[in-house]
Amino acid sequence: MASGNSDTPRPGNPHRRNLSATTLKLLIAGGFGVGKTTMVGSVSEVPPLHTEEALTAASASVDDLTGVERKTTTTVALDFGRITINPELILYLFGTPGQDRFWFMWDELAVGALGAVVLADTRRLESCFPALDFFERRGLPFVVGVNCFDHAHRYGTEEVRSALEVDPQVPVLLCDARDKESTKQVLTTLIQHVMRTSRDLART
Amino acid sequence: MSSQDESWFDDAAGPLIRPYTVTGGRTRTDTFGLDLLTLVVAMTSSAEAAQLPPEYARVVRLCQQPLSVAEVAAYLELPLPVVKVLLSDLIEQRHIIFRSSQPVTAAPDERILQAVLDGIRKL
Repeated sequence: MASGNSDTPRPGNPHRRNLSATTLKLLIAGGFGVGKTTMVGSVSEVPPLHTEEALTAASASVDDLTGVERKTTTTVALDFGRITINPELILYLFGTPGQDRFWFMWDELAVGALGAVVLADTRRLESCFPALDFFERRGLPFVVGVNCFDHAHRYGTEEVRSALEVDPQVPVLLCDARDKESTKQVLTTLIQHVMRTSRDLART
Repeated sequence: MSSQDESWFDDAAGPLIRPYTVTGGRTRTDTFGLDLLTLVVAMTSSAEAAQLPPEYARVVRLCQQPLSVAEVAAYLELPLPVVKVLLSDLIEQRHIIFRSSQPVTAAPDERILQAVLDGIRKL
């Protein structure tokens, strides 16, 4: 555990300034507009926070969004939320950038992540393929949450599983990203999957 | 790329002080390996922060309780690279202390995972 100059607290600083908490993160991935930020917001103790990683001017020329190409800088938006499990354990939920071209940001996000939720929209399943490929390649445990939009045709989880060609041990479940209880179920399924995966790794 | 003769007005021109102005144009002086989840907290009080340049004072006032670097960036509405530079300067000057998130190689601890599981169920 790397430390800063924490060995020299100034006198009179209250206990609340201690930095002993462990920070953890989970990723919520999936195509643009699939409900990642909605899912983050459904369980976060603060409204979803937003920050930006600035890209260099060179990348602006490949931006395919009409009207944006004149900007000399472009940014990768990150939305995230926070769940204080207890004073010593803080869980952050990060929505991954929706566009594939921000892979460099995915790398930074994936470092140290416990696991990921891949949100799928049955109207355009292919939009979550890059996320599936990325987590499979990195060996990061993930579950697939099929976000049930109001007017979308409801498929069974097995239909989605076979369409996505994910491993049989990867949990696939239906969810409603707007609903707190539904998101809790997705996240508990993910943590249980992470626990199983790490036990399996320990045995081999 | 932008054509040379185009003019931007009002909002289109962006903030009057560009984000990198506050860091003197620096983006890569992050010597502490700060990442999104690095926790930071101020060792300088909000009152003492008044002596600092405004952007630094904002960081110190915000960090009176521990926050992650990502949260600092979000609350200050500044890009992450800018916030990392501001924080690095404040760490060097001992106004801020930090603690890195878990090492990359650390396997998740079963007890911690169980605590996370219980915590999510209780939400």
